[in-house]
Amino acid sequence: MKSIAALDCSNEFVSRHIGPSDKDIAYMLETLGFESIDQLMSLTIPDNIRVDNALNFGSMSEAQALCALQKMSAKNISMKSLIGLGYHDTHTPSVILRNLLENPGWYTAYTPYQAEISQGRLEALLNFQQVVMDLTAMPMANASLLDEGTAAAEAMTLMMRVGKSKSKCFFVAVDCLPQTIAVVLTRAEPLGIDVHIGDPLTDLEKLDVFGALLQYPNVDGEIHDYREVAECLHKAGGLLAVAADPMALVLLSPPGEWGADIVVGSTQRFGVPLGFGGPHAAFMACREEYKRQIPGRVIGVSSDKDGKVAFRMALQTREQHIRREKATSNICTAQVLLANVASMYCVYHGPKGLEQIAQRIHLMLKILVSQLREAGVSVRNTSFFDTIVFDTLGAEAVHKRAMDKGYNLRVIGAEAVGLSVNETTTFDDIKELVKVIINRVSREEPLVNCNLSASEGIPHALVRQSAILTHPIFNKYHSETAMMRYMRVLEEKDLALNRAMIPLGSCTMKLNAASEMMPITWAGFSKVHPFAPLNQTEGYQELIADLENKLCQITGFSGISLQPNAGSQGEYAGLLTIRAYHKSRGEDDRDVCLIPSSAHGTNPASAVMSNMKVVIVECDADGDVNLSDLREKVALHKRKLAAIMVTYPSTHGVFEEGIREICQIVHDAGGQVYMDGANLQAMVGICLPGHFGPDVMHLNLHKTFCIPHGGGGPGVGPIAVANHLCPFLPTTPLSLLTSEGMGIGPISSAPWGSASILPISWAYIAMMGGSGLTKATQVSILSANYIAKKLSNHFDILFTGSNGLVAHECIIDTRKIQSKAKITVDDVAKRLMDYGFHSPTMSWPVAQTFMVEPTESEPLEEIDRFCEAMILIAGETEKIASGEWPNNDNPLVNAPHTAEYLMADTWTHPYTRKQAAFPNGEMSVSKYWPTVGRIDNAAGDRSLVCSCPPIESYMVGG
Amino acid sequence: MSIKYSKDHEWLVIDGNIGTVGISNHAQEELGDIVFVELPQVGDIVGQGDEICVIESVKAASEVLAPCSGRVIEINEVLDSNPQVINQSAEEEGWFYRLEISDFASLSELMDSEAYETFLLAGEE
Repeated sequence: MKSIAALDCSNEFVSRHIGPSDKDIAYMLETLGFESIDQLMSLTIPDNIRVDNALNFGSMSEAQALCALQKMSAKNISMKSLIGLGYHDTHTPSVILRNLLENPGWYTAYTPYQAEISQGRLEALLNFQQVVMDLTAMPMANASLLDEGTAAAEAMTLMMRVGKSKSKCFFVAVDCLPQTIAVVLTRAEPLGIDVHIGDPLTDLEKLDVFGALLQYPNVDGEIHDYREVAECLHKAGGLLAVAADPMALVLLSPPGEWGADIVVGSTQRFGVPLGFGGPHAAFMACREEYKRQIPGRVIGVSSDKDGKVAFRMALQTREQHIRREKATSNICTAQVLLANVASMYCVYHGPKGLEQIAQRIHLMLKILVSQLREAGVSVRNTSFFDTIVFDTLGAEAVHKRAMDKGYNLRVIGAEAVGLSVNETTTFDDIKELVKVIINRVSREEPLVNCNLSASEGIPHALVRQSAILTHPIFNKYHSETAMMRYMRVLEEKDLALNRAMIPLGSCTMKLNAASEMMPITWAGFSKVHPFAPLNQTEGYQELIADLENKLCQITGFSGISLQPNAGSQGEYAGLLTIRAYHKSRGEDDRDVCLIPSSAHGTNPASAVMSNMKVVIVECDADGDVNLSDLREKVALHKRKLAAIMVTYPSTHGVFEEGIREICQIVHDAGGQVYMDGANLQAMVGICLPGHFGPDVMHLNLHKTFCIPHGGGGPGVGPIAVANHLCPFLPTTPLSLLTSEGMGIGPISSAPWGSASILPISWAYIAMMGGSGLTKATQVSILSANYIAKKLSNHFDILFTGSNGLVAHECIIDTRKIQSKAKITVDDVAKRLMDYGFHSPTMSWPVAQTFMVEPTESEPLEEIDRFCEAMILIAGETEKIASGEWPNNDNPLVNAPHTAEYLMADTWTHPYTRKQAAFPNGEMSVSKYWPTVGRIDNAAGDRSLVCSCPPIESYMVGG
Repeated sequence: MSIKYSKDHEWLVIDGNIGTVGISNHAQEELGDIVFVELPQVGDIVGQGDEICVIESVKAASEVLAPCSGRVIEINEVLDSNPQVINQSAEEEGWFYRLEISDFASLSELMDSEAYETFLLAGEE
């Protein structure tokens, strides 16, 4: 009889998360010629950084984890939060919740770099751009930014770049959202921008500024006519950015019609849960002449080789991965999944539905205002859409009465209260609020007969005249059946992780387990306002504290900030903490940032945003930092050296032996070491970055810790810091304006960034435990080396370590076969689509090669299928090189092959249709069909079209 | 009217004191399909080595540096709507701008066709 110990199922999740079975692992080790995983690790990871038994916490089963999460979510008190401040509760349509937000076909997709296999989410993003363009009345919009605060900061730097003004002064209206002001101040300071906060109606005309930021409606709900302000500003040579509420824009005159050059905002209230602050999709729209300067991704319309309409990411050369320190911004991951929820909300409701929702919100408030005024309450607003502020002798008392009834209001000092009505507010809520505020029972009848026209909320001159969402796409999917099918059709066009391995180097596309994903849409985690009183969010506090603790153990650092919304933001935050540290020691003039030439583009882009001077350090032929060049550059810049940014393992996937020495050289000169943690995947459980040199690192929770890629966001990019940097971690918004302490200002709008997706990483760490996480790292390294070994007979493997081994990813050199056949790395990538694969990372870090990262989640069968595909493709290139297939007509050059292309009446190609579509000879029932052929990228960038094409160009039935 | 090249792959053709500037055929090949170029404005004063514009292709963006100093007197408006002319005829129809040259001495730093060819071959090793 087995012992009680046999009942223990606490580590059952490990074998669910890890793809290869123990038998598979033994087989892979045998293929590589190793006795054990430990032997492989000892040869891959340098002795001087490898640690045994680094992580000492246990694991729990999926059921146990879900139970623990239930308990934590129950400690978050469920309230109706009318706090406003940019966050408003909303109804996520159930059809969108189930078929998109909670659907792995949508959330496990990667950023749509491979456009031919991403037409679904590209269309949804194009719809998002159209929504923003219509609501703001601007000719151009991007496909999401991280939050309203950083979008406003990006608007500021955009205006500085493109404006003619020589001024270094930027005006911010005092009635902007306070967290927006805080984030803008943080962003402005390193760049030497002088921010002037004041009243736009009286102060702005006296100032010489390069730009101004206004809020519409303002934080207290007032709707001002800024037409004259805009004219005056333009005459003086300044540019205008307006932060606007998209729901208000349904009823209000849009900023594009009264002088805005840029409009930013958040689409959270279009069906995206509050989530204790995120994730939400922010937007930016701008004038035509700034289209090449807009940060973030832009979706454009082009066509494929057969002339069919096709969508793609346009103008990518402005972005960090190409322009590096000259990029428009450091932004990489955005908020695609949430942008798609918001765009589907608009597709589902359509213009009339949105108008009804906006009118209802406004009417609710009109009724409330009229009741309050009749009862003698002094409501300050002369205008409003959904927000008012009223005077009261006891703000705290009103607030307490409201809380007792389940409502959070916004206390403003001792004698004023604000409140914002939202889509979920009911008539019963209004009646209750009246009672709570006037503190006596109201009479029912006047509510029916009350004189609403006496409290006209929207100024007549600012009532919206122009139509919105006129494109047919927003007017045809209004029944649930039609909507469900539309989302399904788009999902089907995309190749996401729920269908095949996505072996993108450095992206770590591992399993996003169902148990990890389920809790994020529970009401206890999703219906929480980011500025709710802290005593209502003890569940989140507990989860956040535990997650921070675990991440500190995993990285070997002392302090963590979970605020940054993406790796790029983490980098930026990390560099700012270093800057603040030097300043605290009286060494402000340290501003040189050393960056290896092999670094990811976000590194130099982030350095520039922190006002550091980028100095490139050479890498040697192995892709390692060249130590003698490092010593030279350090000596040259010694007194001014602020930091070095290293990626470890390197961007080439190698555990550089000299990492300790690199850190020592920089420390000796008084600089700090920032470590880019994109490759943390190769270190969890087997080494501790906080112990071998770096002072700060960022993590990508959407890589190493299972937050899904969402098609291009959300992301979470925390920074972990050593003890001496802890005091400088970002402060939370709303505390900046009354802050003491040395922390850098907030770098995101919400205190804990995208808090509602933190349970995903918490669950992953909890269910894997220390030994499970370690095994995951080991298997990911094993799988990458297995692939390298299997492909080494056909391709060179670049940049192996001293033992001929790679870390968690390998670089396959396809240049020989490409040059023999006169094809490009693009041709190979597109041909892989016919084999049912998303290409590995192309041409980075080395041009015309592939970087492959399988992760620990891929089953051996899928890894073998990928290797087989690469080998077969190598064989196909032989046929081109030998002349059997002509160079201009072969399966690679014609890839990807759509079903439509294959069903042509005549087929004159030198290969069969079967070879085109089923290249490994098997007519697989799970065949993925690319929906468009090779897309014309040049045409798409030459004539940029970012709005929805005419409905005729969409395929019938999607 | 001989053509001169800079080591950043720009070319200059001199006619009296007027120079015409563009990027070399090698440069357009390296860049791939060109989608956008923002030219300087007539009247701009440029110094040798100044960044005069950024040229964008689908896969790359590159600074174009002025091969010599002077004042811009004419720009090739065709490139605004048809940047692909640069790919088709980089050293003739794809010219960027003309300028009044101000510093003839600095032209000695530029290479003639043969020297440029040699320079390109050396770079490939």
